[in-house]
Amino acid sequence: MKRIAVISGKGGTGKTMVCAALAAIFPPDLVLGDCDVDASNLGLIFQPEIISRSPYYGLKVAEIDQDTCTRCGSCEEHCRFGAIRSQEGEFLVDSIRCEGCSVCTLVCPKEAVSMVQKVNGELYYSNTRIAPLSHARLEPGSGTSGLLVREVRKQADERDGDRAFFLSDGPPGIGCPLIATVTGMDAVLIVTEPSLSGLHDLKRVVTVAEGFGVTIFVAINKYTLEEEIATRIEDYCVERGLHVVGKIPFDPTVIESIRNGRPVTDYDSPAADAIRRMWEEIAEIWVNT
Amino acid sequence: MKICVTAKGDSLDSQAEMRFGRSPFFIVIDEESGASSAIKNEYADAAGGVGPRSAQVLISNGVQVLITGQLGGNAQRAIEAAGIEVYQYRSDGTVNDALKQYRDGSLTRIL
Amino acid sequence: MKIAVASGKGGTGKSTFAANLALSLSKSNDVVLVDCDVEEPNLHLFFDAEHEESEVTVPVPVVDPGKCTFCGKCGDFCQYGAITVLKDDILILMDLCHSCGGCRIVCPYDAITEVPRVIGKVRDSQPDEHLRLVTGVLNEGETHAPVVIQMAKALAGSTPTPAGAVFEHQFRELVCSMADVTIYDSSPGIACPVIETVEGADYVVLVTESTPFGIHDLELAIGVVEKLGIPAGVVINRSDGLDEMTEELCRRHSLEIIMRIPFDRRIAGVQNRGGLFSQDMPEWQGRFTDLYHHIRETGGGGA
Ligand code: SF4
Ligand code: SF4
Repeated sequence: MKRIAVISGKGGTGKTMVCAALAAIFPPDLVLGDCDVDASNLGLIFQPEIISRSPYYGLKVAEIDQDTCTRCGSCEEHCRFGAIRSQEGEFLVDSIRCEGCSVCTLVCPKEAVSMVQKVNGELYYSNTRIAPLSHARLEPGSGTSGLLVREVRKQADERDGDRAFFLSDGPPGIGCPLIATVTGMDAVLIVTEPSLSGLHDLKRVVTVAEGFGVTIFVAINKYTLEEEIATRIEDYCVERGLHVVGKIPFDPTVIESIRNGRPVTDYDSPAADAIRRMWEEIAEIWVNT
Repeated sequence: MKICVTAKGDSLDSQAEMRFGRSPFFIVIDEESGASSAIKNEYADAAGGVGPRSAQVLISNGVQVLITGQLGGNAQRAIEAAGIEVYQYRSDGTVNDALKQYRDGSLTRIL
Repeated sequence: MKIAVASGKGGTGKSTFAANLALSLSKSNDVVLVDCDVEEPNLHLFFDAEHEESEVTVPVPVVDPGKCTFCGKCGDFCQYGAITVLKDDILILMDLCHSCGGCRIVCPYDAITEVPRVIGKVRDSQPDEHLRLVTGVLNEGETHAPVVIQMAKALAGSTPTPAGAVFEHQFRELVCSMADVTIYDSSPGIACPVIETVEGADYVVLVTESTPFGIHDLELAIGVVEKLGIPAGVVINRSDGLDEMTEELCRRHSLEIIMRIPFDRRIAGVQNRGGLFSQDMPEWQGRFTDLYHHIRETGGGGA
């Protein structure tokens, strides 16, 4: 299976829109993923029909049995995440801050602390009119989005490992969910936008992606809004040896397509044309070799 | 030499498991004595660090050859450091079938 | 007063809002702006100034081969699989370590000590007499964003050190700031970096846009502030007038829409080139100042 993720560094560059449009024109032997588990949006375009759902357990969290606890304070002293707080004489675990390290169980002289399972989200496997979709929903405030990303990836591998392609929407940023997304991919498509912050963030995400040895493609979305900065981005990519595979013009059809819950390639429009040409470029370099 | 096959159940007739870290059982076969035993994988449903922790189980049990479907990156790092050889088995057969293919030399070595 | 600026969806203009708010308020207040979007910090692009930099480190274990008996206790304990004990060696996967210190406690032979490992940096600058900018930067390839956020907030002088925090030693030399207003710019999403940023704020501004993605993700972000119980208000950015669905969502959650910034190519242009529209269009400074007073009166009780 060949695997590609659409990522962006900076949020809001149009990554999901591009991913959806690509999905619609990809070869049909495909499984889709949404690794942006914080804010999973691919489903808004493909109206998935969920065929299986399973609870996602993150790391366990500590629980203190107040009857056994003698209020010695050892757990609070040793917890490095500030997850144990004393309140009116009781030591309580802040389950949002708890990272499940279990040090408190180690230092409690009375064995009053136990580690308990906690549901941190839900994993879905769905049908869409394009291809099956592996996706998830993270409970707001959960700490383990990277682990949930890995579950999304694994589910796609297990169920559809024999398909030719895996195409996934990715998270913004360069932290733990992004790293979980890029690990084991063959290629990434970085969607950037012509702004100084877009360029700045592009450079950071490129550094991370290079560390994983994946093929890197770059698309400049809405390039007509700021052509001079778009040129600077292209210059940077050339200098760095990256393939700029697409320049997508600003196009009001994009917003309209999203509002209608459809990929932009369903419409005849400049952005759709640019994305079709971009796919040919990617296919040329990545699929046919 | 000890060989480990990842499995969905606890015997040689159980179906082999593709996943390494989340494999429900590790079937360990001692090539010299012919004895086999099943180790239940405590980490099969754990959330974090599953790969290297499962690798630790094999290392602690003196396994030298692992037969499984696929290995995650972190598990790979631990298995590699321990010098365990890994062969890939990706069919739906049993543990015995995987062993047979390994002995026939028809499995690909992936690590 | 401490105001956090967040958004479920990325690219809604959260940082731009935070920067314009900070600039406007700094005309009559001492303001500290804290860039907590440590994965992709951008605020320094608006406020160019020299900065002082210090490293953010986390403690990680090292094993003394002279003392270790390869008993395996540390590996058994570590919940993240960061330690694998081999026959005569120990493999530590640093990127899996959460710096909990458990392996050191559990080792019966005192073979483990902890050493600092650099995962990011914090930068401190003073772009203007009444405006200080603190930026957290997560190094490329690192995953522990919340630690860098915690340091940036601490440097800004606005959070007390959590009990027993990993980085306690790093706080000591830091000066406490006496700002009137502290503004935290969060990363997008709803996971741990957002919580780390928003916790301790008196008020959260949720910046959104009126697209299906924007509305979907706004609802998730509302979930976070409701869970934390912090008063919040919504800013609709790049509004093209078609805001009914956002309005409806806010009504359902009893959230006030505290500002609308229209879609305007002039505003977008100023921003893309690294400028601030409230500088080029000074009438906005008054609007941001009014907004701040409104927040103080209605939501964020703290001074
Ligand atoms: S400090 Fe904690 S997380 Fe790090 S290796 Fe030791 S036990 Fe594992
Ligand atoms: S617990 Fe201590 S002695 Fe035992 S393996 Fe770990 S470092 Fe070595």
